Amino acid sequence: MNAMVIDRADRIWAAIADVPDPEIPAITLLDLGVVRDVRVTSDGAGEILITPTYTGCPATIAIHAMVRTALDDAGLGDVQIRSILSPPWTTDWISDEGRAKLRAYGIAPPERGDGRGSLKEEGPAVCPQCNSSNTVEISRFGSTPCKALWKCQDCSEPFDRFKCI
Amino acid sequence: MSDQHLQARVASIIALGDDALVLGQRIGEWCGHAPTLELDLSLANLGLDLIGQATLFLNYAGELEGQGRNGDALAFRRDVYDFRNCLLVEQPNGDFGRTIVRQLLFSAYQRLLFESLAKSADSRLAEIAAKAVKEVSYHERLAADWVVRLGDGTEESHNRAKDGLAWNWRFVDELFAVDPAEAELLTAGLMVDRNALRAPWDRIIGTVLSDATLQIPPPVRGVVGGRTGRHSEHLGHMLSEMQFLQRAYPGASW
Ligand SMILES: [Zn+2]
Repeated sequence: MNAMVIDRADRIWAAIADVPDPEIPAITLLDLGVVRDVRVTSDGAGEILITPTYTGCPATIAIHAMVRTALDDAGLGDVQIRSILSPPWTTDWISDEGRAKLRAYGIAPPERGDGRGSLKEEGPAVCPQCNSSNTVEISRFGSTPCKALWKCQDCSEPFDRFKCI
Repeated sequence: MSDQHLQARVASIIALGDDALVLGQRIGEWCGHAPTLELDLSLANLGLDLIGQATLFLNYAGELEGQGRNGDALAFRRDVYDFRNCLLVEQPNGDFGRTIVRQLLFSAYQRLLFESLAKSADSRLAEIAAKAVKEVSYHERLAADWVVRLGDGTEESHNRAKDGLAWNWRFVDELFAVDPAEAELLTAGLMVDRNALRAPWDRIIGTVLSDATLQIPPPVRGVVGGRTGRHSEHLGHMLSEMQFLQRAYPGASW
């Protein structure tokens, strides 16, 4: 790979680095792990591969629009955005930094790995306010497809929990 | 690929999309009307997942067909006889008991179907199924929890769940019926043999119903027809509302 290609890819990554998730603006799209790759195509323009969190998530359209705007603002109007499904998004792709930001924002981050495929065994969430594990689920679906609603029995605060998928 | 083979592939993918579309639309009718706020959110999100899945299936069917129809055209500009969904998903919601029992019956079926479809020789179908199965597992769990809660609850809630089960049961056989036109697709490993899903489905439902202190209903004569376009009157009413805008203002966008 020549230096120009690397430079181009870096510019694309930099252009979208601060684009927030439209539904949880405390984290970026890169934190969320939905930007799967940046490729410099043979014509030198490049493309971004984005995967949806949920098939019906209305934020998918907003995400594409925001990435488009960020690219255009950076003078990268010729970069294409491509939607991919495989491999399917997993909450394991949320970065450590993203997890810390979620917690600070009041959302319990998803467990890693073990929660997937064994949804029945999903343990109690840790309260983002007081760190207690004495918590109960109020509603399996919350304000967005990716979150469930939980409540802390110790500090009585309700909170969102990122669903593990 | 022969024309006939292509048509069979497109039809079977449209059926997958129509099941998700019609149930998603039905579930959406609960928005603002569910028994509690939490259930309102749950059902709306669940419906949204299904509409998302329908979009992926119908867009793909349109591409494969190559007649210039996309998912929107298939959803909004087909008449009732061209829909290929099963009869279960088009039934009116009834009360919450009936709705949530239907969800359990359908989501358990859909999860088993997508787990198999994720291994399809059609890589596009496989990746849609692999994506969607994660969502459907959540639907199944939500529905199972509520069926147990209702069945093993008060006399009133038990009876509602029981009535809901009795109402929905006649539509179960159709879920597992294999269309003769799909035979070639099964041989090619493109589509799933639904018949083979019945035994594991029976086990899953049996466990949930037992936890819910509900009995598996006695065998009934199954009602079929949705897969060949012979629908109940309910689907037409639903489509008249769902398709109104594109019928009144063809091609409208915003
Ligand atoms: Zn707490």
